[in-house]
Amino acid sequence: MTTTLSRAITTALHHALESDPSVLVMGQDVGALGGVFRVTDGLQKDFGPERVVDTPIAEAGIVGTAIGLAQRGYRPVCEIQFDGFVYPAFNQITSQLAKIHARTAGRITLPVVIRIPVSGGIGAVEHHSESNEAYFAHTAGLRVVTAATPQDAHWLLRQAIESEDPVVFFEPKCRYWSKGEVADEPDLPLDAARVVRPGTDLTLLTWGSMVETCLAAAAAAEEEGHDLEVVDLRSLSPMDVDALTAAVDRTGRAVVVHEAPTFGGLGGEVAATLAERCFDRLEAPVRRVGGFDVPYPAARLEAHYRPDLDRVLDAVDRTLAY
Amino acid sequence: METTTTYVLLGTDGRLTDDPAARDVTPELCRDLYRDMVLARRVDSEAYHLQRQGELGLWLQSLGQEAAQVGSIRAIRDSDPVFPSYRDHAAALCRGIGPEALLAQWRGVRQSGWDPAEHRFGVYTLVLGAQLLHAVGYAMGVQRDGSDDVVLAYFGDGSSSEGEANEAFNWAATVHAPVVFFCQNNQWAISTPTGRQFGAPLHRRAAGFGLATELVDGNDVLGVHAATRRAVEAVRRGGGPALIEATTYRMAGHSTSDDPTRYRTAAELDHWRARDPVDRLRALLDDRGWADGAFLADLDAEADALGAETRRACRALPDPDPTAMFDHVLPGGSPTVDRQRDAYAAYLASFEDAVEEAR
Repeated sequence: MTTTLSRAITTALHHALESDPSVLVMGQDVGALGGVFRVTDGLQKDFGPERVVDTPIAEAGIVGTAIGLAQRGYRPVCEIQFDGFVYPAFNQITSQLAKIHARTAGRITLPVVIRIPVSGGIGAVEHHSESNEAYFAHTAGLRVVTAATPQDAHWLLRQAIESEDPVVFFEPKCRYWSKGEVADEPDLPLDAARVVRPGTDLTLLTWGSMVETCLAAAAAAEEEGHDLEVVDLRSLSPMDVDALTAAVDRTGRAVVVHEAPTFGGLGGEVAATLAERCFDRLEAPVRRVGGFDVPYPAARLEAHYRPDLDRVLDAVDRTLAY
Repeated sequence: METTTTYVLLGTDGRLTDDPAARDVTPELCRDLYRDMVLARRVDSEAYHLQRQGELGLWLQSLGQEAAQVGSIRAIRDSDPVFPSYRDHAAALCRGIGPEALLAQWRGVRQSGWDPAEHRFGVYTLVLGAQLLHAVGYAMGVQRDGSDDVVLAYFGDGSSSEGEANEAFNWAATVHAPVVFFCQNNQWAISTPTGRQFGAPLHRRAAGFGLATELVDGNDVLGVHAATRRAVEAVRRGGGPALIEATTYRMAGHSTSDDPTRYRTAAELDHWRARDPVDRLRALLDDRGWADGAFLADLDAEADALGAETRRACRALPDPDPTAMFDHVLPGGSPTVDRQRDAYAAYLASFEDAVEEAR
């Protein structure tokens, strides 16, 4: 089935609601409106307001009540309207959702999914374009995943909902309208990286909003005679470190590309992991290309802030020339 | 549930009620408030059309809420500090914030458009309810400074569900902060009606926190003005914090990206259109003969000029320099940011050099 990334999420939610009566969808404007990005469009009509729940505007409340619902046996899928609006729920996510399983010596599991539209590229106003995955990946007790294609959006979300673990599920909003195939079966487990383009000279390690940018960079590099591999990490925590080291075994050179600010971003985690695990196979230092260490700028500057094809190629050239 | 009487000074029929505050209503006050509302509606309308023409990235209309904003901000001193939400354009204009400053954020050239200290009017806060705690903290500073400023904080019905809003109400009551919380209850938080936002009306919840509260017809600019003045004077006398819930209506979508036809009816819109705040005051002006032809003609001309200035100022707002995003990250500067600015400037220059070499 060919569909948009946004629609692939809608159908995953539809399937989950249909196949498991304990699944709930909850968030601001997810009902009659279908969410501000229309990702939940039609779900309340099909499953009713008790299962597709319009909540008050209270992010701590959305996640906090989801924790209670999960303790009662439900599987809530929460929507946070925008990346920059998640912080009122930060206590509930990091101190509660992530830790209750450990605090109760495993007696309580919390199969809660938190969907968050993430990253920029749509000309939005402030707080609507942040790439804040590192905050959550830094917190033990959470899974953090992100999808760059309809296939991954659909199957990662279904796997996330079926998982007993709390999952923060990032949806790159600039990719909502991109189209692709969704297969009848998942082709990878929840925590596996994907080689999206094979190559021999250098590996671009990336995720979310930057996968498409890296594929474009690889296509441009090919014209200059460089054969780049592109790996989509998909699962940011836990990270598929075997896939990362296998990539470096193949190419010997890696550049990490993410939209989040570079300082303290997950690119540093990737680079450190590679340095620890395959220092002697690296032909060059692992370079990072990321957003700048500034507040996400006004819309007219976001094209400068977000890594683009040229900035990726600039890092590729330096790494190949090392 | 016990019902609360809504305070009304200018009824929906355009006539003053027999409330004692009617004695304070002067022709001049009515003309001034009418002018403020007409001008604000023109800027709002121009901004809406500029967004539709692609000149603004987004616009959130204040249409329908002019009386709540103008009536309240004109009831406080010009020196009283205001902490707005993000739809408070009519209030901003009353504080001398012009179209260029107002539109910069929505055109995407800056994150905010004005100096809060100059206008005693904070920058817009898009994350709901956060500004209410800022207002309380500012009011705590006012207490410590021995000033008689009263802080006015705007928010909406949806924001009142946030934990931070409720922390602010409780905190203000606890420390007796000189603050007036002003809720524009416009009935809708994007697609969520107030009936699914809270179980008890906000002014009653606020009373439970220990705030002095009043429910007012938010489309009655004279009633809003009188109620706010009473509340502010009481706070200024040391009476402790207050909350006003103004019942109004968001006549447009939440934003230019919203489609309200998905969740509300045309009949509801018609009901509120008949309660339009500008028309209501105009009816009084006409009935009393308080606005002559010259006043109305001058106001029309002023609105036209302001509309033209809004269009001109918007289109003239220049795109920022690419390296502007590196400014103001930390007041003392940051070597990390400095390195990135220098590297990015050199990177951009390398393209210019390449173009030069190709010539």
